[in-house]
Amino acid sequence: MDRIPILKMGEYLLVTIQVDMHDQLALALQEDLTERINRERAAGVLIDISSLDVVDSFIGRMIGNIAAMARVLDANTVVTGMRPAVAITLVELGLSLEGVHTALNVERGMALLRKKVAARNA
Amino acid sequence: MPEGDGNSTNAARTCDLRLPIRASEDIVRMRHAVREHAVALGFSLVDQTKLVTAASELARNTLIYGGGGEAELTALRIGERRGLRLEFVDRGPGIADVQQAMQDGFTTGTGLGLGLGGARRLANDFRIESTPGRGTRVMILRWR
Repeated sequence: MDRIPILKMGEYLLVTIQVDMHDQLALALQEDLTERINRERAAGVLIDISSLDVVDSFIGRMIGNIAAMARVLDANTVVTGMRPAVAITLVELGLSLEGVHTALNVERGMALLRKKVAARNA
Repeated sequence: MPEGDGNSTNAARTCDLRLPIRASEDIVRMRHAVREHAVALGFSLVDQTKLVTAASELARNTLIYGGGGEAELTALRIGERRGLRLEFVDRGPGIADVQQAMQDGFTTGTGLGLGLGGARRLANDFRIESTPGRGTRVMILRWR
């Protein structure tokens, strides 16, 4: 089965979702990321969704689950690049992604992640 | 529950495209087909996104709760108006209490329970017919 690649950069894990994921692929990413956070002792996870033109409740739930699991494993999560049309639709759908940190793009996302990790280590 | 008027339009009852919903990859294919139709009809980016998202929710219901079925896409051209009607049909167990199923947060599965209510909010018209033991048909319609 296909997998979404997870890149390691220092104490961070980076994921850019560039395909329209079917449900099993989304579930596999959730499992892979949780496992990698634990194995790599990652302090932060950045998930870029700027290529996604649709985020439905299944993908939204996966994003929320990843953030929750990362938190339990003492890691921070930032989701970057959500398209405006996707954001409008998500809110109307009834999904507000509470507890998920977001940033406009990867650059700002990394800055936010570094700040959060620094605050945690302080 | 508000009744949609999507079935009372002059458009013929035949659909333009019928797609199987048998596996989660079929949901992805269906999303792409809905996007293509919405673009061809001149929908705005936000409206395309809303329609594709609603379709994705309903197709997943067809797959998970209906045991699979079909999606029917119909372009509507009435005078200057342009719309897209989507129907999701299964021959699954049906829904015992449709009112309850429409409520946000209600699910008999493991999801968030946002599918039906969310799809209704994302569409202009919404209609659901379900007969226990016979199956479910959900129609959504969005005008450009």
